[in-house]
Amino acid sequence: MTFFSPHFLSFLSLIHIDLTDQPIDVMAALQSVEADGAGAINTFIGTVRNRSTGRAVVRLEYEAYDSMALHQLRKVAEQATEQWPMLQRVTVVHRKGTLHIGDVAVVVAVSTPHRAESFAACQYIIDTLKQVVTIWKKEFYEDGDVWVAAHP
Amino acid sequence: MNLKIALFGIAREIVGQPTLEVAAPQGQSAGGLLRELHVRYPELARLSSLAVAVNNEYAADDTLLQERDEIALIPPVSGG
Repeated sequence: MTFFSPHFLSFLSLIHIDLTDQPIDVMAALQSVEADGAGAINTFIGTVRNRSTGRAVVRLEYEAYDSMALHQLRKVAEQATEQWPMLQRVTVVHRKGTLHIGDVAVVVAVSTPHRAESFAACQYIIDTLKQVVTIWKKEFYEDGDVWVAAHP
Repeated sequence: MNLKIALFGIAREIVGQPTLEVAAPQGQSAGGLLRELHVRYPELARLSSLAVAVNNEYAADDTLLQERDEIALIPPVSGG
């Protein structure tokens, strides 16, 4: 039998990670980080832009290695809670599948007692997500398509 | 031993299928597997980066692979 300390259990419930092929409910993501101890909620919302490297984008497709992406997302969120122990809650939701201009691709939401740490933690999570999480973006243009960042 | 390798994104397109079975000697390392795949699929060597993942973690070059491992090729990620 394994015993978890109450602290460990509360640590687990701090973090909410999701990978979905449905439109992201931004308000639900924001509400999920509400906490009595929070004086700040900070959110990054990544959306699909209509141009990339000078070309008009028609749509995007995100492909994910689901099990690893979820595992790595959780690790990034846990690293943030180690670096900023005052984090009250962390939610990261990433979209996969076909997205069009203006669609929400990713939401990172964090809550902290004071604002400075909320900005820092939110930026750390989105920046690190982009480096390590196993999700791939293919951009479709009028005249072709490209896997983003695949080649030097 | 036979290694089953999951492929994603541009690596899946280069190889032309979502999974690959590779016969490998006992004690094959992640780096050794990459070198073999670069020979077999030269376009993989043109990517900005290509990592091997073992059981949902990025593997170091000298990580030894086991038949029961969940192995994947990880081309440059571009989420967010």
